[in-house]
Amino acid sequence: MESDGGSDAYEIRQKIETLKASKNDIERQISALDAQLQRINNNENNHIKTKEKVNSNDSSSSLTLENNGSFDFGHGLASDMIYRYSRQLLLPSFGVQGQANLLKSSVLVIGAGGLGSPALLYLAACGVGRIGIVDHDVVELNNLHRQIIHGEAYIGRSKVESAAAACRAINSTVEIVELKEAFRTTNALDIVRKYDIVIDATDNVPSRYMINDCCVVLGKPLISGAALGLEGQLTVYNYNGGPCYRCLFPTPPPTTACQRCADSGVLGVVPGVIGCLQALEAIKVASYVGEPLSGRMLLFDALAGRLRIVKIRGRSLQCEACGENEALTEEQFREIDYEIFTQTSLSTVPLKLNLLPVGSRISSKEYRERVVKGEVHVLVDVRPAHHYKIVSLPKSINIPLPSLEARLPEITSALVNKDDSKNASIDSNVSLYVICRRGNDSQRAVQYLHKMGFSSAKDIIGGLESWAHDVDPNFPTY
Amino acid sequence: MKLTLEFGGGLELLCDSVKIHHVSVEPQDGEQKLTMKHLLSWVRTNLIKERPEMFMKGDSVRPGVLVLVNDCDWELSGQLDTSLEDKDVVVFISTLHGG
Ligand SMILES: [Zn+2]
Repeated sequence: MESDGGSDAYEIRQKIETLKASKNDIERQISALDAQLQRINNNENNHIKTKEKVNSNDSSSSLTLENNGSFDFGHGLASDMIYRYSRQLLLPSFGVQGQANLLKSSVLVIGAGGLGSPALLYLAACGVGRIGIVDHDVVELNNLHRQIIHGEAYIGRSKVESAAAACRAINSTVEIVELKEAFRTTNALDIVRKYDIVIDATDNVPSRYMINDCCVVLGKPLISGAALGLEGQLTVYNYNGGPCYRCLFPTPPPTTACQRCADSGVLGVVPGVIGCLQALEAIKVASYVGEPLSGRMLLFDALAGRLRIVKIRGRSLQCEACGENEALTEEQFREIDYEIFTQTSLSTVPLKLNLLPVGSRISSKEYRERVVKGEVHVLVDVRPAHHYKIVSLPKSINIPLPSLEARLPEITSALVNKDDSKNASIDSNVSLYVICRRGNDSQRAVQYLHKMGFSSAKDIIGGLESWAHDVDPNFPTY
Repeated sequence: MKLTLEFGGGLELLCDSVKIHHVSVEPQDGEQKLTMKHLLSWVRTNLIKERPEMFMKGDSVRPGVLVLVNDCDWELSGQLDTSLEDKDVVVFISTLHGG
């Protein structure tokens, strides 16, 4: 090639400038086409969602490649989403449409405890678009055996913060909404309104009625689970014309029938099983896949190793929440006092009875002083035997409250044995003290003992919990 | 007539912590059929060992107890008027609230 260095360089510069100009032009065209494609995708997805909602059984609503030649599969899943959820997309009965529905759905989980922990982990992992978490508690050491979303590092910190961090660690693409507040009639409607599905993972009766009524008022399906001891229960309320909680339980149970995990105990994995099943039911409702457990209830007996599914009544026309004539309104809902309705407190603070005159009670510190001084006495522990086996005070005798009547002679003989004068009377000079876990049953016991002639019997205020708090910080609590 | 009665959700605590009871119950004198109403009073007399108010209220079960006859809510079969047949399974279960 004939060459002249100066003109060569000039021509090359000219060519570069021309190419750069067309490159910019091509990039502008690409951006414009990208935006156009995005709009088409969005419209397509909305269109499919609407069709699905109108008739989820219509098999003709399957996807078609409407824009041949363009990079459009019609489901809106980006390539990293396809890879993350691939094992779910491979399920013929769930597939890409189920996943697309899930990604667009929102689920509110009320309670980040034993039920909420596994439910939240699975909902975040499977790709629910937005997850709300409501709880006002902090993480405690005795939660960790069942509330598996929380770790030791979060003890003393908000359950919502802890749960949200765990969900984000599993799946950063899911939107997590933190609601560090108690769920009450004052905020319930505003919170629930923003979600498609509600999971009741609470642990008390007033909350269960409140959540049910709120879901009825706003027309939200409610995935309800409960667990206690070694048993669990699960059903879906207010779904597709099915019954609500009040249809089944129009009248609240007596307060004596409402046990809490803190009193009756619970094996950690039992709420775990139910919480997982709650996540499953929420996924089915959100993705329009399968038959949600509405009009049926699952009963789980962990000890017998048995799951049974029973048929329950349908929606009741007389129901005070969802019945034909008395459909609850938002205004009426805000006015209901669920603590009065159920005769149960929403707070987790244990009951503190005050049944005895001051003279019949002593503090744990005072009891300690009397023991140190060598006062001759009998200490009766009225807790259940399996509580007594966990921990007890030295030289106490265990007579559980229900058997007190039958075992009064044991108290009499203990008093007599300690009495030097061998004065065989229940009015001996030997003091009689009664203790329990928190100081309620001990008062009931002393009341009964007074009635039966043990007039000097005294209860130890606040029970073993106050002993651990005020006298011996190393004494185990449970 | 032979029946299987099951108690759950804590109700078993009212009958010596035994969950499953195989029992034989006959209809009330002069009646052809055994109804749930009669069975409830039979259970109260023969199986409930303590705190009967935790099981019954009036002549029915207390609020918060589900009754299932052959895995079906007794609301669907006529509640107290449900008539029972040989080998039926009746479940009494207290609703749980814990979590
Ligand atoms: Zn209802």
